[in-house]
Amino acid sequence: MADQASHGVGGLTFDKSKRSWPNEFNVFLALVLIILLFEALGQFLPYMNGQSMLFDFNEARDGSILNIARLKIIILQVAIIGIISLGVTQVIILGGIDLSSGPLVGATAMIVMSFAQTELVNGNPNPKAVFGLWAMDLAVIVPLIVGLAFGALIGSINGFFIAFARIPPFIATLGMFLICRGISQWWTKGQPVSFPTDSYAFIGTSMMPVVWFIGLAVLLHLIMRYTIYGKHTYAIGSNEEAARMSGINVRRHKVMVYMMASMLAAFAAIVLSSKNLTAQAGMGQFYELYAIAMAVIGGVSLTGGRGSIIGTVLGAMVFGVIQSGFTFIKLDAFYQLMAMGSIIIGAVVLDQWRQQRAVSKS
Amino acid sequence: MNDIILETRGLTKHYGGVHALEGANFTVRKGEHVAIMGDNGAGKSTFVRQITGVEQRTRGEIIFDGNPVHFAGPLEARNAGIETVFQTLALADQLDVPDNLFLGREILKWKLGPFSILDYKAMRQRTLDALEKTGVKIPNIRGSIERMSGGQRQCVAIARTATFHSKLTIMDEPTAALGVQETAQVENIVRTLKEAGEPLILVSHNMRQVMDLVDRIVVFRRGRICANLKKEETNGEDVVAYITGAKTQPEYEDAA
Repeated sequence: MADQASHGVGGLTFDKSKRSWPNEFNVFLALVLIILLFEALGQFLPYMNGQSMLFDFNEARDGSILNIARLKIIILQVAIIGIISLGVTQVIILGGIDLSSGPLVGATAMIVMSFAQTELVNGNPNPKAVFGLWAMDLAVIVPLIVGLAFGALIGSINGFFIAFARIPPFIATLGMFLICRGISQWWTKGQPVSFPTDSYAFIGTSMMPVVWFIGLAVLLHLIMRYTIYGKHTYAIGSNEEAARMSGINVRRHKVMVYMMASMLAAFAAIVLSSKNLTAQAGMGQFYELYAIAMAVIGGVSLTGGRGSIIGTVLGAMVFGVIQSGFTFIKLDAFYQLMAMGSIIIGAVVLDQWRQQRAVSKS
Repeated sequence: MNDIILETRGLTKHYGGVHALEGANFTVRKGEHVAIMGDNGAGKSTFVRQITGVEQRTRGEIIFDGNPVHFAGPLEARNAGIETVFQTLALADQLDVPDNLFLGREILKWKLGPFSILDYKAMRQRTLDALEKTGVKIPNIRGSIERMSGGQRQCVAIARTATFHSKLTIMDEPTAALGVQETAQVENIVRTLKEAGEPLILVSHNMRQVMDLVDRIVVFRRGRICANLKKEETNGEDVVAYITGAKTQPEYEDAA
């Protein structure tokens, strides 16, 4: 019954075809346009000799006309920040912001790596050992649990101060930003932590970051779309007062969302340190801003209540394509930054313009 | 059988030294529509806030559906069966109609704590049923609330009552912010509630609306009830006289 095109009295309808354009479609369109732009530049720029960014017509090495190697790089280089942005997306939909995720990556990487070290490096004692022998060659589950627990701790502190002490999210997480940066430098007094066990090194090896990113994205998309957790996150971001009057435990829910975000950032730190086989105090610099940028490009509104995991994944892809594209047309990194900045501003301007038009049309 | 759904005895609320509400004795019977009128600051909204648990009363009794009640918050009142439509719409703009109707009391497929799975299909079906019952016309219930007119939004808020078979509906100035057509739409829903025998307390400034819709008018003045009028036995001029203080019913003399 519910699925028929028209229903019951007067204008009361439930028409699937009339459902509004998903916001994600525009991000997808932008992604396609950017790819086409780089393809065109590859064709027409004199020094490019008609190369193609994503296609490989001449020698189909992998039996595919797609340039698989470049596609892999595009997604691999955004996968780890992408994991963070999955959490940041939820926080922004909730109507908050999380600036602490970048330094949290640094701090978590340092701490986790200390529990993931191997005793012997080429037959010699580990030169970077943080703890004594007791912390050497632990099962991979130990650093994983330590890392996620640390993330949960930081997230719950963020959430507590925002939800119960009513400190603006910007300030609370800015404070946590500095605290985490301090922790990461204090942990070993600035010394890098290296030489993890083989099993730990596997977590971030070759394309594993992409597997984690896509897997988590699918899981979180389902959670945000089909569970009470997701619905209440949107509701609070949309109208906190209405959510409270509807009986949602707004404070508890906020703590949960900030915990979720910090745990995802901590997991990103695990993947990153595993991939690099080392942890350094400066790791994750600017990651919080890139993660926010990915979400914003993907259509997540900083006023809360609007956006989706799919949008953020597409936003991350836009990021990856632009980075790769600038390398492809052999332009220097500083142009990349300028272009990226323009695209972030452009994305928000376009989105606002579209929202206004949509509202005035109906 | 006792057909009184809500009764207050000596309901009083003081904000520090301000006596916003003083000894209000008030009853609503099952199926009855009662209007609360009065000037600004007469205590109408204070009265509603005590009943719905938004604020805690200074003293007095509230008997709802035969039992004395002490609601700690609006949610408890709602769970007990008192549905309130506020002047400032308590709707989540970016969500659609079923999401808003079921906010905070979603229908679930599987219970898994915070990660319980929502039953969208059931919520959509019950939304359509409720809208049909109240005669609310909304072009597309899957559209987000922000794309709807003020009247449609107000209708969505009111449709909650029909969805959850509340025992008592309270509307605080439901049409204050609406245009003529939208007001008519809301008034139609109120009539549907009347036909369905659902009791209603309507707080309103609109004399025509009150005369059109309700059975009984209770007038508040300076924190006290000063008149309890059957619609058939009064008229607009009479009510205004009570509101402004030109007249007071004999049984409420001490209030003046």
